[in-house]
Parts: sequence; C-alpha cells; structure tokens
Amino acid sequence: MMATEPGQRSPASGPAAGDAPAPTTPPAPPTDAILEVRGLRHAYGGSAEPVIDGLSFVVRQAELVCVVGPSGCGKTTLIRCVSGLRPTEPGMIRLDGVDVRGVPDDTAVVFQDYGRSLFPWLRVAANVDFPLSRRGLSRPERRRRVGESLAAVGLEHVADRYPWQLSGGMQQRVAIARALAYGPRLMLLDEPFASVDAQTRADLEDLVLQVRADFGVTILLVTHDIDESVYLADRVVVLSRGPARVLAEIPVDLPHPRDQIATKELDAFVHLRGEVGRLVRRAAGGSAVPGATVGAAGPAAG
Amino acid sequence: MRGFGRLVERWAVVLAVGAVWQLVTVRADEVFFPPLSDILVRARDNWLSGPASSLFLTPAVGADVAPSLGRLAAGWLLAVVAGVGLGMAIGLIRDLGDYVDPLVEFVRAIPPPALVPPFLVVLGIGTRMKVVLIAVGVVWPILLNTIDGARSVDQAALDTGRAFRTGRVRRLTHIVLPAAAPKIFAGLRVSLSIALILMVISEMVAANGGIGFTIVTAQRSFAILDMWAGILLLGILGYLLNTLLLVVEGRVLAWHRGARGRGEP
Repeated sequence: MMATEPGQRSPASGPAAGDAPAPTTPPAPPTDAILEVRGLRHAYGGSAEPVIDGLSFVVRQAELVCVVGPSGCGKTTLIRCVSGLRPTEPGMIRLDGVDVRGVPDDTAVVFQDYGRSLFPWLRVAANVDFPLSRRGLSRPERRRRVGESLAAVGLEHVADRYPWQLSGGMQQRVAIARALAYGPRLMLLDEPFASVDAQTRADLEDLVLQVRADFGVTILLVTHDIDESVYLADRVVVLSRGPARVLAEIPVDLPHPRDQIATKELDAFVHLRGEVGRLVRRAAGGSAVPGATVGAAGPAAG
Repeated sequence: MRGFGRLVERWAVVLAVGAVWQLVTVRADEVFFPPLSDILVRARDNWLSGPASSLFLTPAVGADVAPSLGRLAAGWLLAVVAGVGLGMAIGLIRDLGDYVDPLVEFVRAIPPPALVPPFLVVLGIGTRMKVVLIAVGVVWPILLNTIDGARSVDQAALDTGRAFRTGRVRRLTHIVLPAAAPKIFAGLRVSLSIALILMVISEMVAANGGIGFTIVTAQRSFAILDMWAGILLLGILGYLLNTLLLVVEGRVLAWHRGARGRGEP
C-alpha cells in the first residue's frame, strides 16, 4: 500500500487484494514519517478471523491524523498495537524507522476511560508526574514540566485535587496533560472524548488543536465521530470493518486556526464531512451509496 | 458543645448498659458478679494509680500489659509483612496461585487455637511461641485479601502503567499496592481482632505473664475483681487498637472513601 503524498488522494479502492503487503521491497516511506503502519494484521487469541488485516498508513512529523471507522472495526485494537500494548509481528509498526517491539519510549496514550486510567490515589499533579519518574529528570525540572503541562490544559488551579473530585472533561484534560508532560514523539488518543457531553467535547477538541499548535506534537487520534475527525485532522484515515483496512485517506485542507462554528460552516468542511460520512457508512455495511466519490471536496492543497 | 453532644449520643448506649449492669449487680449482691464501680476502682488501682512521673501507670502495666501488647504487635506485624508479601506474589503470579490456592484454603480452615499444642511442643511456652502463634493464626485474612486485591487491580490502571513503561518494582509499589490497599486493610482489621484473641489464649494456656495470665491467675485465686478488671482491660485495649487502625486506614485510604463517595462517573 502506497503511503499517500501530502495533498494527494488515495483512491478508495476498498478492501482490495492489492492492499496485502507486497512480497517485493515496499516503497520507501516518506522521510518525515514518524509512524509507519505496514500491512498490520492482528487476530485475538489465535483466532483465525483477524480484526485487522493488511492495514497500512503513515503519520508524519507534526501531523494530526484521525482514524475513523464504524464501531467495532478494530480502532482500539489499532491503538493498542501502535502503542505496543498488544504485540505485533516484526515490520508491521515502525516508529522513527525502528520496529516497535513492546511499548516504545516515545509514545503517550490517552485512553478513552479517563476515570480508570488516572490513579485515584494520586492527586492531579502526582498523576501528571507519574510517568516522568523514568525520564531521569531533576526534581525541579519535573515540577516545571508538570506545571507547564497543567497550564497548557488550563488546570494549574486543581493540581492538589484528586481526579475524582473533577468533572469528566477535566479528568480527560489531566490525562492529556500527563501525556504531554511525558514529552512523546507521538501522542495516541483512543476515542478520547467519547464519554463526555457535547459542550465538553467541543472544548476538548479545541484543546487538542491548541496543544498541537503550541507544542508541535504529532497526534494519532481514533474516533467514530465523523465531524470530529474532519474538524481536528490534517488527514482522515477511514477504516473498513471486518477486518479493518484503510478504505481511504482524505487530506483535510481546512484553514487553521479552526473554529467550532466558522470552520463547520465552510463548504469544504461540509463536503469533507459528507465524503467521510459516506465512506464510514459504506464501511459499516449500511446502504451502500454508489456515488461515494472520493476527492469531491475541491482541490487538495499541498 | 455540639461535638460533646454527639460524643454523649454515641456513648449513651454504652453508659446505659453500664448503668444497668451497676444496678443489677448491686441489687444481686453476687460474689462472682461484683458491681461495675468496684471493677473500675480495682482496674484503676491495678494499672492507673502510679506516680505522675510515669503517667500514673503502675509497675503492673510494665509487667503484664506491655509484654502482652509487645507480643501482639510482633505477631501481627510479622503476619502483615508475610501476608502482604506472599499475597502479592500469589496474586500476581498466576501459576503460583493455581498451585497454592487449595493449600491456602485448607490451612486457613484450621482454627488457630488448635495450633497451640504442637507449637507448645516445638517452641516451648516462651514469647517465641506466642508471637509465632499469633502470626500464623492471623496471617490468613491478610493473605487472602491481598491475593484478592492484587488480582482485581483495574486493567486500565495496569495498561496505563505499561503505556508509560513503568518498571516492575514501581508498578508493584505505586499501582498494584495502592489499588489493593482497600482490600488489604479489610484483612488487617479482621486479623487484628483475631490477634487479640490469640494473644489471650496463648497467655492463658502457657502461663508465665501477660493479661491473659493475670486473668487466669486471678480466677484461680478467687480474686474475682481482678479477673473482671482484666477482662475490662482487654475490651478497652481491643477497642483502642481497632480505633488506631481505623485512624491509620482513614488517612491512607482517604482517596478511596472520597472516590467511592462520588460513585462511578
């Protein structure tokens, strides 16, 4: 599977046989690729039926890529494979050109279930500080990083509270601050806003964009929300279901900074949303729309 | 004033029972059931009539109460260390758990006082026997609760630890142990009350000192007041020890009470 050049639409070839990893030398990845997923295949517990089969895409330096797909298509499994929490075969996932064996040093995960992934016995600051213990930092440096990360998510004032004293949205902010403080090359977010209310969700989406703009982090975000994927991403990767493969990669050339209202009013946004939506519906096996044209959202900027 | 009022409220039942006991015993005038007031006076004479320089404690406290408490503490702490340590290992290493579980279930079903005869034979009547008896008798609730706690650590917490490449030791001390702490503390509370029972039993059987010894000796020499005073003292000690543990638990597990109080989000 070819890695898509910036500004170029890959054809929505569907789960074509041609997507299987080529036996010949694969094409060289873009030089600025941070994450390369190549022909990823994953089956649970020796089951013959893989959840993911022949999944390939690339995330470049400072890019924000959203992976979107119907529920149950293996998005969370993908994040668990990329983060090294689930073992994969050699060559399937590379980070900075190096094979991912086990959990890499430079990735941070923000889990969907913030309530369980923050430690209830630690205060907010201690939760953010938790992963820093193995970074070999001095105490003042750690304190500085924790303060900076909490400030970035607007939560300096609750550093001494416990996570369970905060609202769900604030807890997820703490989780983002924790990932940020860790200083990762790649930040992985697994359906991060799936369990908060709509207003909080919009705020958190803007927070992610803000953090990305301020810190230049590379982000891979998995979601089932089509609006969210288009609003956040530089590129949307649409997955098919059973097994998961890349159905299409759609560059999102909406202007920055994005705005919850103004951006979503743009014709380009509406088009992209429709495009992604049709693909996701097709992937879900719903009413297939024959004219699910890919690349109908106007010329792609470079 | 309100705090005082609440205190009176909480203790009203105790005071009422004490008053009834006093009235009944005074009227009955039974040799073996002396009035509560007499028992309290005797208890004060025995243990709280010393000089101010030693906080009014009498030498009897040093001779009887201190050794008892020392053995209790030693046996219980030994059980805490062994129970938590082994429980963590059994709880975290699945294969080990599979082999050890049935054995643990069997051994803990043996009533600890039944171990007194063999321990007497092997360890004699000294302090060592009593400490070991207490430790062996009370380790089970701690062990079982720790195993349960270590096994039921939230997968999300473990995943978080792994995602940030938390080392083995730190994962144990900073994730598994705090997550299991609420269950461990439940075991500690049960084991503390059993420890008090075993302390008394060991001192009654292998008589060479301690509160249990005092009670038995008093009974055998018809010092009925001393016997009741000893029983009263045991009750008070048990209450104080449990209160102390609850205070420690309240501090260590403040997060747990708070988190649970909020309910699941």
